[in-house]
Amino acid sequence: MNAPYLKPGLAGPVASPDGLDAPFWQGAREERLLLQRCGSCKRWQWGPEWICHRCLSFDLRYEETAPRGVIYSYERVWHAVHPALKDQGPYLIVLVELPDADGVRLVGNLLGDPRASADIGTRVNGVFEHHNDAEPPFTLLQWTRAT
Amino acid sequence: MNDRTLRGRVAVVGVGETPYYKRGQSPDAEFKLALQAIVTACANAGISPKDVDGFASFSNDRSDASRLAAALGIKDLRHASMQWGGGGGGGSGAIANGAAAVATGQAECVVVFRALAQGQFGRFGQGMRGQRISGEFAHTIPYGLMSPAQMFAMKVQRFMHDHGVDQSALRAISLASYAHAQANPRAVMYGQPLDEAKYDASRWIVEPFHLYDCCQENDGAAAMVLVSAERAADFDHPPCYVLSAVAGSHYRAGAPVHNTPDYATSTFKTLAPRLFDMAQVTPTDVDVLQSYENFTGGVLMSIVEHGFCEPDEANEFFQVKNLLAPNGTLPLNTSGGNLAECYMHGLGLNIEAVRQIWGQSTSQVKGAEVSMVISGPMVTPVSACIFGAEATL
Repeated sequence: MNAPYLKPGLAGPVASPDGLDAPFWQGAREERLLLQRCGSCKRWQWGPEWICHRCLSFDLRYEETAPRGVIYSYERVWHAVHPALKDQGPYLIVLVELPDADGVRLVGNLLGDPRASADIGTRVNGVFEHHNDAEPPFTLLQWTRAT
Repeated sequence: MNDRTLRGRVAVVGVGETPYYKRGQSPDAEFKLALQAIVTACANAGISPKDVDGFASFSNDRSDASRLAAALGIKDLRHASMQWGGGGGGGSGAIANGAAAVATGQAECVVVFRALAQGQFGRFGQGMRGQRISGEFAHTIPYGLMSPAQMFAMKVQRFMHDHGVDQSALRAISLASYAHAQANPRAVMYGQPLDEAKYDASRWIVEPFHLYDCCQENDGAAAMVLVSAERAADFDHPPCYVLSAVAGSHYRAGAPVHNTPDYATSTFKTLAPRLFDMAQVTPTDVDVLQSYENFTGGVLMSIVEHGFCEPDEANEFFQVKNLLAPNGTLPLNTSGGNLAECYMHGLGLNIEAVRQIWGQSTSQVKGAEVSMVISGPMVTPVSACIFGAEATL
């Protein structure tokens, strides 16, 4: 397993106490991207919510979609605001749009050289980054340029 | 006449602020700062604080209205309102709430205020600590996206990409604030000028923001006294009327994890028409503008979305000479603003807008009659207001 993109010490994600996004985090552990889809109008929706904002159905389900998308926006962080990243150097955060899932967006890191370009519109594929030694263990969805 | 308007019904009759300090350097507790600003604003208006009967604030201000009323010996508290939302998005919204209370007879004299002592209560610009995170932030913080600069750079990057905006546009906004601060002894950056070379050489915080694209973090407090327009003539200052004050946000602006459909925006597209309609002015009527700089990119998008400039003309419009008082086409942030005067969550911008109407700015626009404020871009809800001199009614 490759080393995580960011140095250790940031807070690890856990499912919200109300359970709203628990399937997402459990899916990531199993290397499956599970996002919300309305059982009534069949449209995808993200971030996690209790109701479909289109048809107002409460029948939101988690379904699997392919972890592939395009860079919608990006930023290169130079100033670390968290002590764990003091010696990180620059790193890239991307906002990835998923055309296969009605264009919902996910935040992640773009793996590879942090000083390289991260052009808007670049096609990217998901990579599951496991943090098995964390307590509790978790998995992040990261991104790499499609070849 | 349409009764459902604030236009011309309420006037600002006093303003006040404490000394402005760098973050953590206030010698006084936050609640004491709030009291000092309120007492100063009342003195500026020529009234006793005991005659105030309402408070309006924003951004979850910790100085509780009932405690303020008790501390000041206020006889009859009639209004206490808090505009939802964080950051400075509620600055002009709090004025809208206070003005609405006055206009509808719920209160006679409302103080709008904001107090901040980050040394006492912790900083905004720092990431959250802790071993675990849940909820919306669980989808951003583990990827190193945790500070306000990081939350908003993503929007600005997309906007600049879509419209071919150069870094020089952001730099011009920053230089204008610093230039105006050099005339303002209250400004924390008074005596610390900025030029193009210093800006260009400054470190990146997060692209596209250099250090000087980011607001300060400060301690202090600011306050403003509102009464009905009928009473404005009883006060010493020339009348400064609220012509318009609006708040809100566009469709699903608050969609979690960066999923708002119209993403690369300062959140003002739906507010701007309401703002100008109520005020019965157009962008070309605006003599001077205070536009909240959490980050310069927010000012860029705010000015575009209020119709002062087409998005694809930003590189030509955002040049320092256009933004400087007294003769620029759109004098901007004439006190030094959040970048260089003080970051009082933007209420200082509202005070500066009033001073322009009163002819009391340290970078006065001659004969300013229409003075506008844009509060808290890129958050939700945001707000804005327009003040007018007597001649505008």
